[in-house]
Amino acid sequence: MTIFDKSVEGKIAFSLPEEKSYGFDPESTLSEKYIKKSSTDLPECSELDIVRHYSNLAKINYSVDHGFYPLGSCTMKYNPKINENVASLSGFANLHPLMEEDDIQGALELMFDLQNYLSKITGMDEITLQPAAGAHGELTGMLIVKKYFQSKNEKRKKVLIPDSAHGTNPASAIMAGFDVVELKSDENGILPFETVKNALDKDVAAIMMTNPNTLGLFEKDIVKIARIAHENGTLLYYDGANLNAIMGKIRPGDMGFDIIHLNLHKTFSTPHGMGGPGSGPVGVKKELREFLPVPIVNRNDEKFYFDYDLKNSIGKMRSYYGNFGVLIRAYAYILSMGNDGLKKASELAVLNANYIKCNLREIIPPAFEGVCKHEYVGYPGNLPKEYNVKTLNIAKRMLDYGIHPPTIYFPLIVHEALMIEPTETESKETLDNFIEITKKIVQEAKTDPQIVIDSPHNTYVRKLDEAKASRKPKVRWNKSS
Amino acid sequence: MKKYPYLPHTEEEISQMLSCVGVNKIDDLFMDLPENLKVDTLDIPDSKDEFSVYRDLENLSLKNTDPSRMAVYKGGGIYYHFIPSVVDTLSSMGNFLTAYTPYQPEVSQGSLQTLFEFQTMISEITGMEVSNSSMYDGATALAEAVLMACRINKRSKVLFSESLNPEYFHVTQTYCFGEEIGIEKFSFDSISGQTDYNELKNKLSDDISAVVVGYTNFFGIIEDLEKIKKMLPEKVLLIVCAEPFTLGILEKPGTLGVDIVVGEGQPLGNRPYLGGPNFGFFSSKEKYIRKMPGRIIGETDDIDGKKGYVMVLQTREQHIRRDKATSNICSNHAHNALRATIYLSLIGKWGFREIARRSFSKAHYLYEKLLKNEKIYPVFNGPFFNEFVVRIDEDISSLNRELLKRNILGPVDVSKYFRNMGNCALFAVTEMNRNEDIEYLIATLEELL
Repeated sequence: MTIFDKSVEGKIAFSLPEEKSYGFDPESTLSEKYIKKSSTDLPECSELDIVRHYSNLAKINYSVDHGFYPLGSCTMKYNPKINENVASLSGFANLHPLMEEDDIQGALELMFDLQNYLSKITGMDEITLQPAAGAHGELTGMLIVKKYFQSKNEKRKKVLIPDSAHGTNPASAIMAGFDVVELKSDENGILPFETVKNALDKDVAAIMMTNPNTLGLFEKDIVKIARIAHENGTLLYYDGANLNAIMGKIRPGDMGFDIIHLNLHKTFSTPHGMGGPGSGPVGVKKELREFLPVPIVNRNDEKFYFDYDLKNSIGKMRSYYGNFGVLIRAYAYILSMGNDGLKKASELAVLNANYIKCNLREIIPPAFEGVCKHEYVGYPGNLPKEYNVKTLNIAKRMLDYGIHPPTIYFPLIVHEALMIEPTETESKETLDNFIEITKKIVQEAKTDPQIVIDSPHNTYVRKLDEAKASRKPKVRWNKSS
Repeated sequence: MKKYPYLPHTEEEISQMLSCVGVNKIDDLFMDLPENLKVDTLDIPDSKDEFSVYRDLENLSLKNTDPSRMAVYKGGGIYYHFIPSVVDTLSSMGNFLTAYTPYQPEVSQGSLQTLFEFQTMISEITGMEVSNSSMYDGATALAEAVLMACRINKRSKVLFSESLNPEYFHVTQTYCFGEEIGIEKFSFDSISGQTDYNELKNKLSDDISAVVVGYTNFFGIIEDLEKIKKMLPEKVLLIVCAEPFTLGILEKPGTLGVDIVVGEGQPLGNRPYLGGPNFGFFSSKEKYIRKMPGRIIGETDDIDGKKGYVMVLQTREQHIRRDKATSNICSNHAHNALRATIYLSLIGKWGFREIARRSFSKAHYLYEKLLKNEKIYPVFNGPFFNEFVVRIDEDISSLNRELLKRNILGPVDVSKYFRNMGNCALFAVTEMNRNEDIEYLIATLEELL
């Protein structure tokens, strides 16, 4: 039942002060044509009705607080509670974006320090905290590429993107007006130097790469690729979705990347909130500073301030300054973990992924050999062919056992892919339990395939008819339903 | 070895795991990294305990001026409304806060149903048939609406109201730079503050995709949407960027034939947070749903016939369609939308209307009183909702400094955005401005001016 079904005319869950009316009712003040003729039928419920309604909805939601969430590419690590606590401090939460700089020095200092920390972690010279999400950061980066070539009076139309890339990469390049050229990964899951070399010409504006890539493999040709790209005048873009594998080990800036984005909601532990908000800071080398969106946070001898003095800025990517509430959380996380802890986090994230891999490799063989980084991509062996049990079925069966399945059918270049990213915050016991359940399901697939194929069986709802939902979409509640 | 609260491994477990993997030490897992590029340290501070981190953050927060105990008259896109306790309590539940995008609908019905309710509420408020489940903010929602309009009628030029929040113009301009869409402003009538209809008429031509106006506009003025809609040739879309509480009183854009309605959702149960995160709402006519950006939630049944919710029309989205997607958006602002859903449930049908009426009434009272001050003058004579512009015989920024000393967060300095509107102040009034606060402001301005 929706909250609308529970609505009863005349109920309220809200109160306002008893005050003398000043008059000026809209009907006598405004011309009639402006006044609403129809009603706005929001729910009418009691306060407890609402508390119970949403508490019960929360109960039928899976979350990191609830259990293991090994979604590849998503870095579903633990979201520390102190981060929520400090983000809710009134001196942060109630700041109006148009307050004077003198009155928000604490906020500016936090942003300045965070820019600085992210710059050190990534090896980039300058950071903007403005983008609201990873994809938003990608678009920011691609617009910087566009503006950069425009400033040099060069017209370059192409962006090279490997076939293992996130879907946001090509979508972002297109939104910036580029044509996308897809590059093939080789039989080892790597983007080979030769492939890049052959695809480069004077029309290539940028190459977008993820490193380690979405197969969890380190792109070993990166330094050579960076060199040849730069020789061609091409910029190298880093998708930071997988930064959690390499913090304190190697930095994208040192690998030769010119522009990067980060996902604070992945690597820096801010909660995913059912899909957002995230935050997607973008870093650039100093030659590209002047193209960043305005403003960035700067300081002089006296104070911190918003710096609008970027002569070739792409403009503004969103209103005001960024997802400040998310920045507070990421900042608290960086302070908590520090130089030593961030490195440790990446080490254990990689250890966890390799531990799962070595325990599951017999039944979920790796798509590509080699030491993986923070995530492990495999496929369910001969189960689809011999038992008609597909990756989707295995994933749904995991739900029956109370765990969230890994990312499935991505990256697209791996047939029946399972993409497992445990993150560093999961214990050996949790991994062992996951390994155990996976083995059990694979066994079931052989002895009683139908039970796997028909799963899930004991979730709040079972297999949902998605085709019907999209054929004639019903996207709002109405009275007759 | 140093221990960390978020890292659960014991030394012994680490060695067991390493031997299972078949390496001697953790560094062996990083042998594929180029040796000469490896770093040892990041040159950032070392880890800290929870108490120290809390203190550091608390100290930073105390370096800000906290408006929470002040009378606030600042708006201009971000507003202070009272947020009932239930919003914080429910939205901070871990099962909402720490859930991912609902890609596994069987274990995400809480998120999906909430967002379905959210879409219903947005459609109900705007009068539009369909809504998505949120964008980053009002400005990016508007920019995406412009891109969507150009996809619908395959044109590549839009007319943009100069009196719309300038932040929104800048963002839309950036997005238009990407897709190479032309964007031209039309100005406002200097007397009424409404759209300059003659200018709009003159700029309308066959290649225009859409016309964009605010409702209310940045000056708080109510635009005559019906009149504007009637001026537009059939194929030209009307995009309205609406302040949600105006729709507690004003005619719904959907009723007036508007094609796409977007706006900033912050006033609906979200704190200002220096401007983010809040959320953008995005709604349109049903016939355009397949051109929409972002996630959309729909109702369906499971194999036992039980009602459930899923993400629909995913073939519009980047994770399926890649370079052919309607937008690159992936993460949205679902948690802010959750807060709005809880908030709108709480204030309900009565509260939505009542907050709008009180804000309207108080703003009009204040406006009338301020104009009795001999150093304060009217600027526009058009109808307004809860925000208005006046000209004051005083530098607005210095005046605000004085007001702040008296516990008042003063109006927006309009000249920050409109250089030729020096000494103009934009006052916003909501239900949070109680009668005694308003009398205090009037008296304080009498004293200061």
